[in-house]
Amino acid sequence: MNMKKRKIWGDVIFRGLTASFASGIAVIFIAIIVVLWHQSQPSIQKFGFSFLVSMSWNPVHEQFGALIPIAGTLLTTFLALLFAIPLSLGIALFLAELAPHWLRTPFGTAIELLAAIPSIVYGMWGLFVLGPLMADYVQPFLKATLGFLPIFSGSSMGIGMLTAGLVLTLMIIPFISSVTRDVFLMVPQPLKEAAYGLGCTTWEVVRDVMIPYGRKGIAGAVFLGMGRALGETMAVTFVIGNAYHLSWSLFAPGNSIASTLANEFTEADGQVYLSSLIELGLVLFLITLIILSLAQIWLRRSAAGRA
Amino acid sequence: MNHVKEGKERITQAIGMGKKSIAMELMPNKKPEIGEIKLSIRKLNFYYGDKQALFENTLDIAAKRVTAFIGPSGCGKSTHIRTYNRMFELYKGFRADGEIIMDGINILTTAIPALHLRRRVGMIFQKPTPFPMSLFDNIAYGLKLHNAFGASEIEGRVEKALKDAALWDEVQGKLHHQGTALSGGQQQRLCIARALAVEPDVLLMDEPCSALDPIATAKIEELIEELKGKLTIVIVTHNMQQAARVSDFTAYMYMGKLMEFGATSTIFMNPVRKETEDYVTGRFG
Repeated sequence: MNMKKRKIWGDVIFRGLTASFASGIAVIFIAIIVVLWHQSQPSIQKFGFSFLVSMSWNPVHEQFGALIPIAGTLLTTFLALLFAIPLSLGIALFLAELAPHWLRTPFGTAIELLAAIPSIVYGMWGLFVLGPLMADYVQPFLKATLGFLPIFSGSSMGIGMLTAGLVLTLMIIPFISSVTRDVFLMVPQPLKEAAYGLGCTTWEVVRDVMIPYGRKGIAGAVFLGMGRALGETMAVTFVIGNAYHLSWSLFAPGNSIASTLANEFTEADGQVYLSSLIELGLVLFLITLIILSLAQIWLRRSAAGRA
Repeated sequence: MNHVKEGKERITQAIGMGKKSIAMELMPNKKPEIGEIKLSIRKLNFYYGDKQALFENTLDIAAKRVTAFIGPSGCGKSTHIRTYNRMFELYKGFRADGEIIMDGINILTTAIPALHLRRRVGMIFQKPTPFPMSLFDNIAYGLKLHNAFGASEIEGRVEKALKDAALWDEVQGKLHHQGTALSGGQQQRLCIARALAVEPDVLLMDEPCSALDPIATAKIEELIEELKGKLTIVIVTHNMQQAARVSDFTAYMYMGKLMEFGATSTIFMNPVRKETEDYVTGRFG
């Protein structure tokens, strides 16, 4: 028999190689936690748990508390998701179902290109274009119509939580909408036809068949956008106002963890100051981890409940 | 030369056997009259953009009987039945002309909105298509879509539909499970139950068994047997034994043309056209 010589070790080597890449991620992940934990020891020892609930951020007296940046991070991310999820679902549906075929590729590419714009460009646009628009038109309008709500009170400065949330919205839309579009495209055609065949309208097919069918993928897309929003630095730094006070008003300036780091890392002179900033980084890391884990658990539990 | 002759003989034998085995599938005394007509198709043409796929199809579909469409892949049999519920309308550039008269209305026209038409003409697909919801909701869904029933009415109708689709005994007590948790054959019967729940006049089945194992197939065929007499069934199948087993009338299609149409026993035993005989005996296709 004239058998072709084949390298039977190839599979073993390949498996080892891919395993080492994959475990590399785990190593980096653990290393980040260890380093952040170690470097933030001075701050942890000095402030303990009160770091997480204190509102003071005073480099002069070396009193640091993370509550304001934590609140700012969570609030801007929440706002971004609040606006971006419905918009992205709409964009994805348009691209996957409703748009004429000749429009789908160019339009889809344009959306994806939005993700390639450097975040500092978004920040500058937010500061020079969106901020003044907010100050001159949007905020006065909201105050005039919904001003009785504390979230729409205060002075119209343009920059602040709401503007940061809107810039983040724009930045995460490409992620959520392009992944969601791919999820919609994966819904089997016969499944859609079956729904139409029962007498559904397009909207009913979308709401009752396509979104439930793709809910896992859509959730994944949302987490991707959320991860981006939680950690976004430059753009938020430009428009959030970088102020250390907490207010009910969405117009008020605030701060996020990432923008605090970007603004103050180079200025941090004392050991406790630097260490407090690193602890902020650790907190952001843990927030992201906790939210993503909770989301996973929720997704699994709701899937099991339906199974 | 001898082996050629031998081969020919063997083929002829096999054809004879094919005919015989189909004859065994045919039900006795099966020379049905068309009787009441449910769908009257006249000069039906269909176009995928510029490409014409159906040519002047003309036939009558008997009410409350089973009509089978057979023919080689790509002959247009699926295309044909997908005009009965205007499913093609979902796609740009697809169009049909001619007439399909159901209860006095040409259903190819907007005289009847697609949503209403599809309530009356249900469809089952090759692969089972359970919706991503519970068994109960799968069936209740269509009911709620078209009717304003109360909860107990819906419950009753869901149970009836599942019984009609011979699935009740297997799924009773786990109605809150996901539809996708069922086996392929059960999923297909779920889809049939879902279609039956809205009480259609016509049920289109586009190769409903081709993704199923023989036992699941037998159950679907049994079900078709039971449903016959209650509603009009039109089935597309690749399996000629199946056509012989379940149908009263058979249409043979080739290259978009309706080659022959008649009582199933005639099509299989005494077809008029040579092409039909070649196909049903397995000499071609």
